[in-house]
Amino acid sequence: MRDVPPWREPVPAAGVMGEPRERGRFGGYGGRYAPESLVEACREVDEAFREARADPGFRGALAELLALHAGRPTPLTPARRLSRELGVRLYLKREDLTHTGSHKINNVLGQALLAARMGRRRLIAETGAGQHGVATATAAALLGLEATVFMGERDIERQGLNVFRMRMLGAEVVPVTTGSRTLKDATSEAMRHWVGATVDSHYCVGSVIGPDPYPWMVREFQRVIGDEARGQCAAELRTGVPDHVVACVGGGSNAAGTFAGFADTPARLVGVEAEGGAGAARGRLGVLHGCRSLFLQDDDGQIVEPHSIAAGLDYPGVGPEHAHLRDLGRARYATVTDEEAVGAAVRLARTEGIVPALESAHALAWVIREAGGGELPAGSTVLMTLSGRGDKDISTLKELV
Amino acid sequence: MTDILAPGAVERHLRARRDTGRGLLMPYVTGGIAPGWTRYLEAFAEAGADAIEVGLPFSDPTLDGATIQQASETALARGASTRRILADLAEGRDPGVPLVASTYYNLVLHDGPEAFCAALRRAGVGGLIVPDLPVHEADELADAAAAAGIDLALLASPATPQPRLAEISRRSRGFVYAVSLMGTTGERAALAASAAELTARIRRGTDRPVLLGFGISTPDQAREARRHADGVVVGAAVMRRVLDGAGPDDLRDFLATLRQALDQE
Ligand SMILES: Cc1ncc(COP(=O)(O)O)c(C=O)c1O
Repeated sequence: MRDVPPWREPVPAAGVMGEPRERGRFGGYGGRYAPESLVEACREVDEAFREARADPGFRGALAELLALHAGRPTPLTPARRLSRELGVRLYLKREDLTHTGSHKINNVLGQALLAARMGRRRLIAETGAGQHGVATATAAALLGLEATVFMGERDIERQGLNVFRMRMLGAEVVPVTTGSRTLKDATSEAMRHWVGATVDSHYCVGSVIGPDPYPWMVREFQRVIGDEARGQCAAELRTGVPDHVVACVGGGSNAAGTFAGFADTPARLVGVEAEGGAGAARGRLGVLHGCRSLFLQDDDGQIVEPHSIAAGLDYPGVGPEHAHLRDLGRARYATVTDEEAVGAAVRLARTEGIVPALESAHALAWVIREAGGGELPAGSTVLMTLSGRGDKDISTLKELV
Repeated sequence: MTDILAPGAVERHLRARRDTGRGLLMPYVTGGIAPGWTRYLEAFAEAGADAIEVGLPFSDPTLDGATIQQASETALARGASTRRILADLAEGRDPGVPLVASTYYNLVLHDGPEAFCAALRRAGVGGLIVPDLPVHEADELADAAAAAGIDLALLASPATPQPRLAEISRRSRGFVYAVSLMGTTGERAALAASAAELTARIRRGTDRPVLLGFGISTPDQAREARRHADGVVVGAAVMRRVLDGAGPDDLRDFLATLRQALDQE
């Protein structure tokens, strides 16, 4: 493997993936690098989140929405045929089976409830694959809020189905025509828009990025993945805890939520990035979209435009907590190519009858590539988060398969 | 050792001019926007600018509206970079008024705050604005800037609550940059109502020069802004003209109308 530091034995350290330090810091990363006009709005979100989280009424309302609307808990599915072929024991945490078809709904239901509690009437969101946009449009409809979703023009082309779904749900989809016309630019545009709309709108950030408290808050709303999986593994695995916990990483929310359930166990945590969007594996220190983290940059410090077949991984950086976990050696970050991801998607479809999202297929591609080798010895138990279903990618896959 | 509380050259210059009763004018240009772009600086000075803001373009200008986004993209496509822009400044003719660089924090972190500030200093830049660096994150840069003799000006917004506003005014150097409205940079039809209230709140706590920026595009708006603040920053109105092909002479004429408006008030 290139560019990846060697394993350190995972230390079940107390405090890893707990509350961030003062000013939203994860080690040297994170913070609230927001324009002054957004600082007060971030503080209000932080205060509201802390109150809500301590309020049994809020927690109960969220648990009920997750169960009755989103369909949680999601199953842990043993991938029996593929496991036999690979020589490892692979279990899939089925976020693809949630309502709207990806883990994004977990975070959005939390933030939408929070926004309603704060008296906001509208949600603003950025989206890449459209999954976060669809989840935001869904939660807005459910709670009687408006939704404005910013989406890069290029993503609008390749994720047409989700654009239609958002509009069907009553959301306004705003095409973003600047820069690479993908997730990075949609995020910039959503932030610009929020500056002028803080009084009545909540910015519903879709991953563990952005200014404090977002990276922490989004991880906490996604923690349900890891907490459920931890319990399911305890019930179903002989060892109780898997040897490896694997998830794909765009900004890193499904991975952070999954890892949070296992940070204090001996499980090895692996985040899998797209070759062309590998912030954790190849980024350098920088500040973008409100936080200090690792970003792909050129020699002049300009952000490099990422390229991935998976629109949800087409982000040039990674959430600050992942940068910190990388430095600690608590998690490691690998990359796979577009071809490997497409191959993995097809293989899962044909061995298990599941068509995964291209994002999720990246995590699987790593498992397939490393199974039986030094990274993932034969006989290992692997928990992999299958972050979403592949329906949205059918038109992309049609051209390739 | 530098006295880190002493204001630097930019602030001394602006205070001295302000104290003569003059309304301050700080036009903006995106560095590297066109071949020979430093001639805009000379034209700005000739039109009566009191300081000039030089943008170091960043790929993701999250607080800028369409005009300055486009200017940044154009400059980067021409091969502009911090290093080349600072080299152009070092080689160009001294416009005779202080230069204030503005950029996003990623470009400051790229070589580190100390190296960045030292490079500004070598290029003859005396001040710095970083719109995505709020006061509570500013320690490392404030120290490096002070050590290099660079005035780090902080931004205040209509949403900034009072105790924080006092901290911004206290820790800002050069001037306090009052963001006139809740929005991005870009021309507006009228001066926002929030501008008067914000400048009044800032002035209650400091006698540092206060410059109003964001949206100020016409002589009338400059005149009105002058009633509340010590002066104005004019960015998008300049850059829209530059993007439309206006040369240094055209910009000198445009800025002269703003100068005149400020002098009348
Ligand atoms: C199915 C799916 N998985 C993963 C991601 C990547 O996001 P994150 O890294 O925040 O989980 C996305 C983003 O759009 C997605 O739709």
